[in-house]
Amino acid sequence: MQREGSALHGLGVVVLKELSDHLNSARMRVLEWLVVLIAVVALYFAIQQVKDTTAEDPFLFLRLFTTSREPVPSFVTMLSLLIPLVAIGLGFDAVNGEHNRRTLSRILAQPIYRDALLFGKFIAGLFTLSISLVGLWILMIGLGLVMIGVPPGAEEMARAFIFLLVAIVYSGVWLALAILFSIIFRSAATAALVTLGLWFFMTFIWPGLSSALFVAISPSTDEETLILGAQYAARVSPMTLFTEAYLALLNPSTRSLGPIYLSQLQGAVVGAPLPLSESVMIAWPQIVGLVATTIILFVIGYVVFQRQEVRA
Amino acid sequence: MSENVIEVQGLTKRYGSTTVVKGISFSVARGEIFGLLGPNGAGKTTTILMMLGLCDVSAGQARVLNYDPVRQPLAVKRRVGYLPDAVGFYDNLTAADNLRYTARLMGYELEEREQRIKDSLAHVGLGENADRYVDTFSRGMRQRLGLAEILLKDAQIAILDEPTSGLDPQVTQELLDIIRGLKNKGVTVLLSSHLLDRVQSVCDRVALFQEGNIALIGTVGDLGRQVLGGGYHVEVEAEGQGFVDRLKAVPGVSAVEALGGNRWRLTSDRDVRPEAAAAVVAEKGRLLRLSVEEPSLEAIYTRYFQLSPHHGDRHAA
Repeated sequence: MQREGSALHGLGVVVLKELSDHLNSARMRVLEWLVVLIAVVALYFAIQQVKDTTAEDPFLFLRLFTTSREPVPSFVTMLSLLIPLVAIGLGFDAVNGEHNRRTLSRILAQPIYRDALLFGKFIAGLFTLSISLVGLWILMIGLGLVMIGVPPGAEEMARAFIFLLVAIVYSGVWLALAILFSIIFRSAATAALVTLGLWFFMTFIWPGLSSALFVAISPSTDEETLILGAQYAARVSPMTLFTEAYLALLNPSTRSLGPIYLSQLQGAVVGAPLPLSESVMIAWPQIVGLVATTIILFVIGYVVFQRQEVRA
Repeated sequence: MSENVIEVQGLTKRYGSTTVVKGISFSVARGEIFGLLGPNGAGKTTTILMMLGLCDVSAGQARVLNYDPVRQPLAVKRRVGYLPDAVGFYDNLTAADNLRYTARLMGYELEEREQRIKDSLAHVGLGENADRYVDTFSRGMRQRLGLAEILLKDAQIAILDEPTSGLDPQVTQELLDIIRGLKNKGVTVLLSSHLLDRVQSVCDRVALFQEGNIALIGTVGDLGRQVLGGGYHVEVEAEGQGFVDRLKAVPGVSAVEALGGNRWRLTSDRDVRPEAAAAVVAEKGRLLRLSVEEPSLEAIYTRYFQLSPHHGDRHAA
């Protein structure tokens, strides 16, 4: 059966409303301050470390992202933990909040489809996350310039920019997951806990557990198969995908994200940087994986939401 | 005059093996106030949601303003205002901002939007509270804000789900006045309720829902005649003898029922108190009390649902 009228009628209105809600909410302000403070701390320690250790490095600027100094983890590590938290914070009550405030049936009685409401919520959330990440990125570049006094090269800026895009995609994964659970669970607290639980599992437990599991259940005893299989299993976690992607992008000497065969090393100068296009090629499967995860999670949420009862 | 704005034919809703709405049919004429009455869970809200296209239809058809809510929900929702049961608003926004969101979704331009918001808030008596946050609003104020939203949309049909539940009598009265005002503006009103005496005063016609069926449909007077028999009950308390036959002979009285303790109940098609008094006095009886029970929706409802478990054979009409 064909419905009349565009499914996205009223999308812009929903996006603007949700965006203004996000940007005005106390929750967002707390999250943003948390992000900024942690970024500044990580950056400060990274700069100390860079000043102490590196004399000459063609990618000095990129080191700011990845260098850590005990006891503070590097900026990217912090970011890979914080992005999911902020995304979950923005999305965990997206749909069940409308149910609980009893606004859902009233809004859906206006001339829009559910599609527009859900798309609008996702786009507004992703836009909010993008604003934070772009702001953080600029802050990072600016502070780096001031504190080490060396301007970044064009390739470094390009790599840092692609990293920013990947970080936004990564935030989209967790936002889509949070919105999915906000559709499935009627209680916002349950949705938040389940999403956080899954995040914890995927981030801290799965990377270790997956390889052990694979080795335990795999019938093969071939070492190569075991190593490769364990790595594939670990990549179920978006955290693994993100980590691999930023390793390839921010560390130009990364030649492969899997095991390296001797044949691949023939003629290679170990430690020599790869050109940007090659690094992007290495990270490409990971980036595509993150985009695909976002789309799949969103589509599941979309289907569930379309079939859901609107009454409270 | 009687152009039907809502036509429902054999509308059915199934969830798995349970049927919540069992093939109901009714129509509502333009400018009418039509009541959907019945206990909770009788299928009233589901029927409303199907008419708005917010819920799939298992079988049958609804036409709202000659649009099909399944295929043309946007056209229906642009012309129909809906006040859900226990309506909610965004607490972090002001009353005017809540309406602004709706007005934007309706696609009104800035100037028209502000004018409509101002007018509709003033009309429901919330003009003073336009810039207050909704989280400070009482339940009655929220309901009025919901009606303001319907006015804002210039809806041709207003569908109100339990508009008066949980409100104190005075607020209920104010709300019913606004609903009458809607009718005067030419808006067709469909309201659902389980509160009867209040609803009776505004509804032109009512449909009595029971377990997914429409048990009865018509004006309150019609239903009274159908369910309560004659429609009027006159109760006589008197001492003495011999007047019972005389009471039975009073024109219009269809039955006289002894209630014990010198009390009798007369069923009639009009108010027969004067004739009943005359009959008792003529037999030298001492008239102690004489009261009349007009056909109230409450009585119809109570009576109907008291009988309903076995009503099939008794009130099949």
